[in-house]
Amino acid sequence: MSQGTLSVPAAPAAAPPRGGALKRLSRRNSTVAFLLTLPLILLILGLVVYPFLYALYLSMLNKRMTRFIGWENFTFLLGRETFWNVVFQSVLFAVSAVLLKALIGFVLAHVLHALPSKGQRKWRGMLLVPWVIPPAISTLAWWWLFDPSYSAFNWALMGIGVDPVPWLGQAGWARFSVILVNVWYGSPFFMIMYLAALKSVPDQLYEAAAIDGASGWQKLRYVTFPMMRNIISITVLFSLIVTFANFDIVRILTNGGPQDTTHVFATYAFQVGIQSGDIPLGASVSLFMFPLLAVFAIFTLRGVNKRSKEMA
Amino acid sequence: MEGNGFTRRGVLRAGALGAAASALPLVNVHGQTSGGRLALGLWDHWVPAGNDEMRRIVMDWGQKNKVEIQLDFITSVGNKNLLTIAAESQAKQGHDMLSFPTWEVHAKSELLEPMDDIMGRLSGKYGALNPIVEYLAKVEGKWRAVPAISGSQNKPALGRMDLLKQHAGIDIQAMFPANANPGSTAGNWNWDTFLKAAEASHKAGFSFGLPIGQFTDATDWIGSLFRSFGAELVNSKGDITAKSDNVRKVLEYAKQLCTFLPGDVFSWDDASNNRALISGKSALIFNPPSAWAVAKRDAPQVAEQCWSFPAPAGAQGRFTPYLPYFWGVWSFSRNKGAAKALVEYLSQREQAELMVKASNGYDIPPFTSMTDFKTWETEGPPPGVVYNYPVKPHHNSQQFIACYPAPPEIAVQMYNQGIQAKMIARVVQNNETPDRAIAWAEREIEGFKRG
Repeated sequence: MSQGTLSVPAAPAAAPPRGGALKRLSRRNSTVAFLLTLPLILLILGLVVYPFLYALYLSMLNKRMTRFIGWENFTFLLGRETFWNVVFQSVLFAVSAVLLKALIGFVLAHVLHALPSKGQRKWRGMLLVPWVIPPAISTLAWWWLFDPSYSAFNWALMGIGVDPVPWLGQAGWARFSVILVNVWYGSPFFMIMYLAALKSVPDQLYEAAAIDGASGWQKLRYVTFPMMRNIISITVLFSLIVTFANFDIVRILTNGGPQDTTHVFATYAFQVGIQSGDIPLGASVSLFMFPLLAVFAIFTLRGVNKRSKEMA
Repeated sequence: MEGNGFTRRGVLRAGALGAAASALPLVNVHGQTSGGRLALGLWDHWVPAGNDEMRRIVMDWGQKNKVEIQLDFITSVGNKNLLTIAAESQAKQGHDMLSFPTWEVHAKSELLEPMDDIMGRLSGKYGALNPIVEYLAKVEGKWRAVPAISGSQNKPALGRMDLLKQHAGIDIQAMFPANANPGSTAGNWNWDTFLKAAEASHKAGFSFGLPIGQFTDATDWIGSLFRSFGAELVNSKGDITAKSDNVRKVLEYAKQLCTFLPGDVFSWDDASNNRALISGKSALIFNPPSAWAVAKRDAPQVAEQCWSFPAPAGAQGRFTPYLPYFWGVWSFSRNKGAAKALVEYLSQREQAELMVKASNGYDIPPFTSMTDFKTWETEGPPPGVVYNYPVKPHHNSQQFIACYPAPPEIAVQMYNQGIQAKMIARVVQNNETPDRAIAWAEREIEGFKRG
């Protein structure tokens, strides 16, 4: 409760109301705060809450959307071999891509941080390029590099006498390719977040650690890392949500193939829901992400809260 | 005012004239639109001139019938047309008439206006339709859409005359010339001959460009291959019939064929086969003439050697892959009468011929009586390259959609999830036995049967 709200003096009982209740309400900080956040609240209600509830409603209808069938779509999916392949692939795709992005982003952030400030801006700008290009466009460029018949990578490999690689034609390589493109696209986001975190670590801590004789590794382990833990957790959570929901990379590169081995929730939901005319089942597929991500989000945010309280 | 030469009266007069002049078009527009307003969402044609001709035909009709036309061309790239259909069917508003791709009429049949009256008149006038459009657009005895000319396509063989003659010893132009008299070798054009030709072309470095991924070009030619072997996965009653000798045979055949195809065909999309032909790397693909049309622009030396001819025959006959579009009118349309009148107008022979001409022969009308347009005889080079693109009586072929005759609500899922291509991929890439691939397909299809 703000001081302003608490210090509003009570009007004498006999005095006439000046400006009325509306005026008093508008003076409250909480009212102003609510009004300022209202556009965002409306956006979230319209673009997140409503679609989520509508998807939930759709997922409980039969294929023709004429009958309420409860949880049948979900139980049906749980019995499907292809769906479990999609779950496996989605987890593999999201977890491995996020870990790699976090690792590469961490290394890049340190390298950038160590650069003299004069050249840092130039490198920072260049390293951000993959993240700035719309993924649908950059993925098309990657697709050209992986193209089955005219792959630029294969052309280069053949130039040095190495056999061409079926980048998108075999399950293992296709999985590798979609993860690689996601890592390429997403690493700059981690880099910039970690760089911001690194810049906020007070130099005095490093100086104190140096006086205590800490090595470079020990500074990283006992100073940098603890100071960055919250940023790392939140970045990983955010990226995991976005990566789990990825659509364009898989859709453009492999369309879920070969043999459904690269499908993730979003591409499989699209294939089942829009292409095959089973919108309720498609909605059910996409909703399977929700409990997985919710559990992860709860644990991550609990950790962040706990650490924040400890630091406070 | 004196300084600039304008008088008060002059300004007033000019203003009054201007107001009167600007009011005239309003009256005119009102007069033009007494038939109401019609919003159309038609398929965005691959051939740019196809859109121009369609716009001209539709606008002319609108003007004659005093209907205000709002025309959108909706691309199928990225399934934008499917998304539009899904959105409009949920919102119960949008366009009055849309182009519906292959399976969408069944999926949205409850929201589509019956078209029996139009189909009755068209059939009376133009005769027999191919059975596939009936399978796709007639739901519970009622036509829910009219088979469209624009966008409907066959996917017969499109081969290189020089390469096939030189390496496989097959003269495709002599076998299926640009007239109704097929050569003596046409009877031998079957999947066995095809396999030998594929082997010879592969050895010569011009492998056939046959995709086996999850895109429609793959699904379509594989569907016809299965059908000509009599390999039916689901019958018309919805019973799973995958465990059969014919399915085993076709899988064994496909395994042999794959040894003569590029190793990466399992990841090919709908453009990969076109590129294989246009780049001169491939001797044969299954495709509409769009690949030839692009070659005509980008690689004329390749285009001059291209020739469309029917797909090979199998033990059960010859089946040409076919992918039709439909024109449908939403039941929530505010101008159903005008929309239906336009659909009927577009389906007439005169308009069909214009559309076929503008699309360089790409569009395929649904009536057998409309397969004699001059365009298919004269397009080139080489002249007559697309003569055999529409199915002609002497081809002894039937237009065919993959997964037919399974009930459409099952077939659409089999089709879009590329079940037959995946069965081949399992046998070839995973080295599974045909029986194991069949067992997998049975489990998948069982799931598609849910209501």
